[in-house]
Amino acid sequence: MALQSLDIVRRSATTTAPPSVREPHTGTVAKLIDTTKCIGCKACQVACMEWNDLRDDIGTNVGGYQNPHDLTDQSWTLMRFAEYENPDKGNDLEWLIRKDGCMHCADPGCLKACPAPGAIVQYANGIVDFHEENCIGCGYCIAGCPFNIPRISKRDHKAYKCTLCSDRVAVGLEPACIKSCPTGALVWGTKEEMHQHAAERVEDLKSRGFDRAGLYDPPGVGGTHVMYVLHHADRPQLYNDLPEDPHISPAVSVWKGATKPLALAGIVLTALAGFFHYIRVGRNETHESDERAAARETEHVRHE
Amino acid sequence: MNDTTSEPQRRTIERYTANERTNHWFVAIAFVLSAISGLALFHPALYWLSALLGGGTWTRILHPFLGVVMAIGFALLAAALWKFNKMEPRDWQWLRQGRDVVNNREDRLPEVGRFNAGQKLLFFVLVVSILGLLLSGIVLWRQFFSIYFSLGVIRVAAVVHAVCAFVLICAIVVHIYAGIWVKGSIAAMTRGTVTPGWAWKHHRAWLREKLHATHPRPRSD
Repeated sequence: MALQSLDIVRRSATTTAPPSVREPHTGTVAKLIDTTKCIGCKACQVACMEWNDLRDDIGTNVGGYQNPHDLTDQSWTLMRFAEYENPDKGNDLEWLIRKDGCMHCADPGCLKACPAPGAIVQYANGIVDFHEENCIGCGYCIAGCPFNIPRISKRDHKAYKCTLCSDRVAVGLEPACIKSCPTGALVWGTKEEMHQHAAERVEDLKSRGFDRAGLYDPPGVGGTHVMYVLHHADRPQLYNDLPEDPHISPAVSVWKGATKPLALAGIVLTALAGFFHYIRVGRNETHESDERAAARETEHVRHE
Repeated sequence: MNDTTSEPQRRTIERYTANERTNHWFVAIAFVLSAISGLALFHPALYWLSALLGGGTWTRILHPFLGVVMAIGFALLAAALWKFNKMEPRDWQWLRQGRDVVNNREDRLPEVGRFNAGQKLLFFVLVVSILGLLLSGIVLWRQFFSIYFSLGVIRVAAVVHAVCAFVLICAIVVHIYAGIWVKGSIAAMTRGTVTPGWAWKHHRAWLREKLHATHPRPRSD
């Protein structure tokens, strides 16, 4: 194999070790989304459609710029528009636009929840990818995701989401959305480089009066390979409910953690208990004496 | 030729009617298929079971339908047997003497009606776990119902579904073992009949009821 970029470090519903001899010495990749530079042009949405051959249904206008209304199996990225009146700046209107899509968590809830071996994988470069040919359409990934990203297609009942253009990245290209961004709001590189770039951006924003500017790389999911620069990093909810402290739900951790081996062990032990009861105590049989006793009882009742 | 046989034909007692037996085995088959498909989706070590239902996607498609079939079949069986499964004071005494039960010392136990306390306990465990599976299963049924529930509800339903399935499967393992352990029980559910001695040993109060029903006491007045 010469496809190091496609080395899989985690595979859904797989209990044995993945190939882990090769490590990405140049580091993992990351997309940095600088919301402070975004003008909401949706070029990234178009680039995503073009590269991935996706065409969503034409929807209806509900009086906002957000289009389509939500992520779908055909829309893997979406500019979410929020109008915020900043009380600290005399109720100035701020248009907070956030490019939504898969965050490519270091600790992916979708992969943890998936019951189909190899339907969700995590590459050594950090990308979390769905392999739809292995997907069975149960939708557990939706329950597992802390960001509400995967969508099940009504046509084939398989789950779809942003691939971070794993096919382009594998051959040394940047994702399609990055290539299309006209303002440089989308930046691509190693995760380390993106941290450095974000630090420069945050410093610049602070010098311009955005005291609370910062980087969104939530530790609750082990960090993400899609990160945001936010003007209001202290209140990510302002950006169309970006979760403040995302983590895999405790219910999912219980369901997909301790429950699995314990329940299996419990069932096996119950069966073994039965087997050894049979060996030690043995069968419970009816004897001839029982038949005679029953016959006496029958006669007794008959002649009562 | 005369019409008396050399050996007297041993009389048998009907324990389960043809309808009860059919209902029982209908539920049993639905349970096995639901359990196979459910376990395949529960633990990666058992994913191979999905091959028995035609692969992972077919397992996902069929599992909820099989579960609903099992729940409906069980509801019918439970309705028919409900009145025989009410706990009575002697049942609690029976349970307190669990040590005598598992060591085949039935002579020390209180007399048992149509069902013993263990069977009654199993009955209610099945009622609760199958109800829990049905309700949580509807929430998890992505193709038709999940869109009507929030992510929080779906996540809790997944845990409830797994716990109820675990309880149900363990209860059925015990149920199957009890059938293997107490000889004559499997015939009761396949042929429908037991010998009077079997009834005397395991369900004496039920045998007495049966005898009194076929030989009513003469009126004293």
